Amino acid sequence: MDETRALTLKRLLMIAGLLAVGGVAPLLFPAYQLQLTELLLFMVFALCWDLVGGQMGYNSFGNVLFVGLGMYAAAIVQVGLFYDVGLYNEARGGGTDFVFSESQFMTGLALGIPAAAIVAALAAWLLGSLVLTMRGHYFAICTLGLGIAAGQIAAGIPWLGAGSGMLTPNPPESLGHVSLLLYYLALGLAVLCTLTFAWLLSTRLGLTLNAIRDDEDKAEAMGIKTHAAKVTAWVVAAGFLGAAGALYGNMVRFIDPIQTAFAGATIGVWMILMALLGGKGTLLGPIVGAIVFQVTKELFWTYLLGWQRVALGLLIILVAVFFPSGIVGFVRERKRAEGKP
Amino acid sequence: MTSLLEEQALTLLLEAVGVTKAFGGVVANDGVSLAVPEGSIVGLIGPNGSGKTTLFNAITGAIPIDAGAIRFKGNDVSRLLAGDIARAGIIRTSQQPRIYGGLTTSDNVIVSTAMRTASFGSLFGRARNHAEDKVEELLDFVDLTAKAGIVAGELSFGQQKLLELAMALANEPSLLLLDEPTAGINPTLINDLIDRLKVANNALGVTLLIIEHNMPVIMDLAEHIYCLAHGRLLAEGPPDAIQNDARVLDAYLGAA
Repeated sequence: MDETRALTLKRLLMIAGLLAVGGVAPLLFPAYQLQLTELLLFMVFALCWDLVGGQMGYNSFGNVLFVGLGMYAAAIVQVGLFYDVGLYNEARGGGTDFVFSESQFMTGLALGIPAAAIVAALAAWLLGSLVLTMRGHYFAICTLGLGIAAGQIAAGIPWLGAGSGMLTPNPPESLGHVSLLLYYLALGLAVLCTLTFAWLLSTRLGLTLNAIRDDEDKAEAMGIKTHAAKVTAWVVAAGFLGAAGALYGNMVRFIDPIQTAFAGATIGVWMILMALLGGKGTLLGPIVGAIVFQVTKELFWTYLLGWQRVALGLLIILVAVFFPSGIVGFVRERKRAEGKP
Repeated sequence: MTSLLEEQALTLLLEAVGVTKAFGGVVANDGVSLAVPEGSIVGLIGPNGSGKTTLFNAITGAIPIDAGAIRFKGNDVSRLLAGDIARAGIIRTSQQPRIYGGLTTSDNVIVSTAMRTASFGSLFGRARNHAEDKVEELLDFVDLTAKAGIVAGELSFGQQKLLELAMALANEPSLLLLDEPTAGINPTLINDLIDRLKVANNALGVTLLIIEHNMPVIMDLAEHIYCLAHGRLLAEGPPDAIQNDARVLDAYLGAA
């Protein structure tokens, strides 16, 4: 009993320490605020991918669908509350006609982020009944298609700015550093996501997802309601992806339908890579993976410009060959081999 | 041929009537009928390829049947999906153990505990507080207490089979189908296993339908035995009669 209490205490201290680091990081490194915000959102992306891909064993290549839906949903709410979205996009969001006051901007953000989560979760719930009846490669290909299709559809809707994309509201100058606000919102979302998933994985749902990963037919034959569990996980992950998408859109300020919102070739692949890098099927893995990925990505983009994608590709290959269970998985295997619990 | 029912006038738990299943040109089950009275232990024997496992697959909804009916507690379940049949109370174990290899031994049992009447919200209850005593009891029952915290994929073949049995019992089925429960089990453990199956039947009230190649085992366990050959029901009766049935001996050893 004492041992477990000591462990909880150690954990609480660790969490408090991490939160403190997270709290002061943008103040200590103001030059890296954007990268740090992106890192926190990457953590959410990777955690969400892993809930379905790692814990449940359904490799989704279309999670950008929910990121993009959240991005657009938030932007539409942020603009639509005060202006006509069609006219705003036609005018490329600029000019003196579309000015957002302090309270308008904050209201838009406060309503836009939850709206993004709800829209993405609803989409997941509607699609889930169809998509989650597929397995293995079929599921992977289908989700890949969904992500690509969504980008093409968004690029064809003039109301959303079509192929030229959509700008998120310009923050009024009086608000000062909105990037700092976005950072703390991203921090809050990453913490909420981690805690929610930690809790989910400790429930019967967590065990059920792992059972589905290991042998879905067996789970079915044991009377487990697999479909309800799968849809639940998918919807929860989509909700967080949508909220993260809303923040991501506001961070980059410009939503290109294919390069930013439904960016299968970058964010879509990266979130999988981060989860694999850190350790698929663990809670800590995606978080560690996001940190390692963001650091290497920034280093490659700075020092290996022109070759950055080659370097990233090499990293993927090295991880797949030498650390198939990821960083956290590798450490755990080593510990287990040494006989430590 | 005297039927078990006529002898004992028991209520039927499971009844298969003329179950037929063909895979292309191969008729794996050809009009097979059998009856499993509530509370009994019934054996299902027959040479390899005689259609025993196909019948199990048909009963549990793993494969759709071509013709016939399967009644469980009086209701036709032959058109139900595997999950619905399991929730109705039929659980099986397999020849090759099927467990959740990435979960610990105890988590395998926990996730298998019955959730028949549970609501959607119960998915969000804490997993490991749930029915802890029962899980410990079952692990003890199959002698796996020492392995509770080990990832189940690392257990030996025999241990995995025992774990699958514990998982099935955790589900509190009315009818448990066992596909060769002693195959691959350490011979010194087989007698223990027989005792445990009898306890499950007596004390826990689980009706058993058992496929078994180990003749001494099935003759010891079962009250009534059905013998399949080439997809058809060849003979049925109490163990003594089956043991001396010329057709059964022929099917196993080849006609003299």
